[in-house]
Amino acid sequence: MADNNAVTDIKEIKAINKVTFKQRMISYKRRPLSLVMLILVAVAAFLSAAALIFLIVYILVKGVPNLTPDLFAWEYNSDNVSCMPAIINTVIITFLTLLIAVPFGIGAAIYLAEYAKKGNKLVKVIRTMAETLSGIPSIVYGLFGMMCFVTALHWNLSLLAGGFTLAIMVLPTIMRTTEEALLTVPDSYREGSYGLGAGKLRTIIKIILPSAMPGILAGIILAVGRIVGETAALIYTAGSATGTVSGVMDSGRTLAIHMYVLANEGLYTNQAWGTAVVLLVLVFGINTLSAFIAKKLGSKKG
Amino acid sequence: MRINRLKEKAMQGVFFLTAITSIAAVVIICIFLFYNGVPAMAKIGFGEFLGGQQWSPRNVPASYGIFNMIIGSIYVTAGALVIGVPIGILTAVFLARFCPKSLYKVLKPATELLAGIPSIVYGFFGLMVIVPFIREHFGGSGSSLLAASIVLGIMILPTIIGISESALRAVPESYYEGALALGATKERSVFKTILPASKSGVLAGVVLGIGRAIGETMAVVLIEGNQVQIPASLTDGVRTLTANIVLEMGYSTGLHREALIATGVVLFVFILLITLSMQAIKSRSEKHNG
Amino acid sequence: MDKFTIEDMNLYYGKFHALKNVSLNMQENKITAFIGPSGCGKSTLLKSLNRMNDLVEGCKITGSLKLDGEDIYGNMDVNVLRKRVGMVFQKANPFPMSVYDNIAFGPRTHGIKNKKQLDEIVEQSLRDAAIWDELKDRLKKSALGLSGGQQQRLCIARALAVKPEVLLMDEATSALDPISTGKIEELCLKLKKDYTIVMVTHNMQQALRISDYTAFFLLGEMIEYNDTDTIFSSPKEKKTEEYITGRFG
Repeated sequence: MADNNAVTDIKEIKAINKVTFKQRMISYKRRPLSLVMLILVAVAAFLSAAALIFLIVYILVKGVPNLTPDLFAWEYNSDNVSCMPAIINTVIITFLTLLIAVPFGIGAAIYLAEYAKKGNKLVKVIRTMAETLSGIPSIVYGLFGMMCFVTALHWNLSLLAGGFTLAIMVLPTIMRTTEEALLTVPDSYREGSYGLGAGKLRTIIKIILPSAMPGILAGIILAVGRIVGETAALIYTAGSATGTVSGVMDSGRTLAIHMYVLANEGLYTNQAWGTAVVLLVLVFGINTLSAFIAKKLGSKKG
Repeated sequence: MRINRLKEKAMQGVFFLTAITSIAAVVIICIFLFYNGVPAMAKIGFGEFLGGQQWSPRNVPASYGIFNMIIGSIYVTAGALVIGVPIGILTAVFLARFCPKSLYKVLKPATELLAGIPSIVYGFFGLMVIVPFIREHFGGSGSSLLAASIVLGIMILPTIIGISESALRAVPESYYEGALALGATKERSVFKTILPASKSGVLAGVVLGIGRAIGETMAVVLIEGNQVQIPASLTDGVRTLTANIVLEMGYSTGLHREALIATGVVLFVFILLITLSMQAIKSRSEKHNG
Repeated sequence: MDKFTIEDMNLYYGKFHALKNVSLNMQENKITAFIGPSGCGKSTLLKSLNRMNDLVEGCKITGSLKLDGEDIYGNMDVNVLRKRVGMVFQKANPFPMSVYDNIAFGPRTHGIKNKKQLDEIVEQSLRDAAIWDELKDRLKKSALGLSGGQQQRLCIARALAVKPEVLLMDEATSALDPISTGKIEELCLKLKKDYTIVMVTHNMQQALRISDYTAFFLLGEMIEYNDTDTIFSSPKEKKTEEYITGRFG
């Protein structure tokens, strides 16, 4: 069918309605305040971006030359100031934390998204409390962990005490992201499963959780990012012992604590720069991974 | 069949139990903090503790007044707001209304990246770069209220930008079009209709930023000098509540230790007040829109 | 006298050819109505008259559009254009502020700061929009609390407050009840003494009741344009006749 109105090439049309620079200037000339606002807004955005770029570039420039093999030696001593034991401790404490927080976080989210009735008073309380938890500063978590796990439960300064403290800290993050992921699962999936005679539990485990998995994973990885970067909640729970731990009841410093000690002592500035690079790369890598997974989920839905 | 139903019921119970962990956690945290902190306050005397300007745990008799630290926390937070709020809100306006799409794809993740940087890295950067800069250009030791304000100002940027931007985007486009159709410039339309209409969301972002700033520990402890005093100028040192805890907890015993926990209680109460006002803002804006 | 002169105008949204070779002149101090089934391009044409189409991404216009002989898309200050050519939207869009501040928004935008002067403008605009008596006691109250009909008349008053020459009305009564619609129609007839009105409507009875000229659009083309009585009593085109007798659309 020949459409005689079809345009052969839309790009070749010379539109008269393009807002030209000259037209803009005519407008701004009479209203300088608008131009000032435009400039202010652009400058603010530039400053925000510049802060980030300056920070990252500075740390990379100072830190990358210090990424020597010594910095990654298996054993820590005061000559090499290796951050390897701290990296290993970080991995251990991350797993410990997730082991505790993930089941609770996902379970709570399942309850909120699948079982709780809308407008339920208790649900409101749970949400308020989760929000309160996410507002508590890490140093207060640290204090609490010290009083509860280290002192009252006699776990002493240990990775276990640190892990439990962090678990409470990241619980709201995992709860919230999981619940959001569960809510994006279309109701038709649930109905389809019930239609086949599956019970609620089976529907949740076999249908809903798998299709919400990318969102849940993105949330967990986000929590990992927080764990890896955390300092204040760990100083008085996991402690700052050097060296690799032999068990979860040992005290051990994570990478972020290691960095704090180095910065505080002021003796190993070069190594501290190097450690900062390692920490930054880790945290950015983790966050990027989380964003990537979340994006994949989004594109699958769209 | 019956086993199945039992299993269903049992798992529902389990999910319910996990759901109330957050309530339990808040309650337990409150109990531990108040049980350990409040008796110390009573022992020291509430007035003396909150209003006393003398903090010298090693004196005989020791004195435990955290007034200077409360003021310190407020000053540092205010300083962070002076830097972070205008830049944050204007950046959010840029992102929501002025940013070309191609630039947005870079700028938006960049502001989110800012939130991912661990506070200890901010602290170290402040210690190595900002503190020497202040020492050379403004005098003093460099470790100061100013240094802490700058670093915290940057740290609260992503919070303010993120929440303000989504608040700005939630404003109906019809306000903007209405203003344009009256002959207002794009800038005037944005600043006179969209920004005012999003004010409760923007305010929520600022309040959340206050919460972050007041609770921040590791970034400030390295760069604020930590002198127990009310700073007379921007280049003077200052000690926040958070820094007080982290600095002395390591070697404290007895009443000193309890006084530090009580410091944590005061901080905790501050944060609770902020969370409450946050929820008040939220429910008010929901009522407004509903 | 011709207020608008449009020649060989074409408009594209991306690849969609939304208006095809439209040419028409609209007269001063008259009401011109655009009618046609939805998607025919009538609103698009309306929005081209005050450059509100600039907000639409991928919108391209060719041809020439003139206001009092002056090129709308030339070096005319777009903010001045929109001050001269006011607009009332399909859905009432008062700002979330007081009645007074809504009306004063335009004058303030154009530099009037004097309180007394603003008071006068607010009162006069509300009077012109025949809503002064209803609102004079609640000037400080939020405009969002008004009824739909009141909100729309407030928006008309807001548009009048900047002293425009033209009023564009984009299906301004489509969301309103018959009583409010009647009030606004009455208002239009009163306003045409001082203003040129161009309205888009899907309500043929409305066009018949109040407009002086009517243009009928179909699939981006202007099929017929004539004085309203002729269009409705003896249309020249078959498609126009089919439309106004309700055989499609």
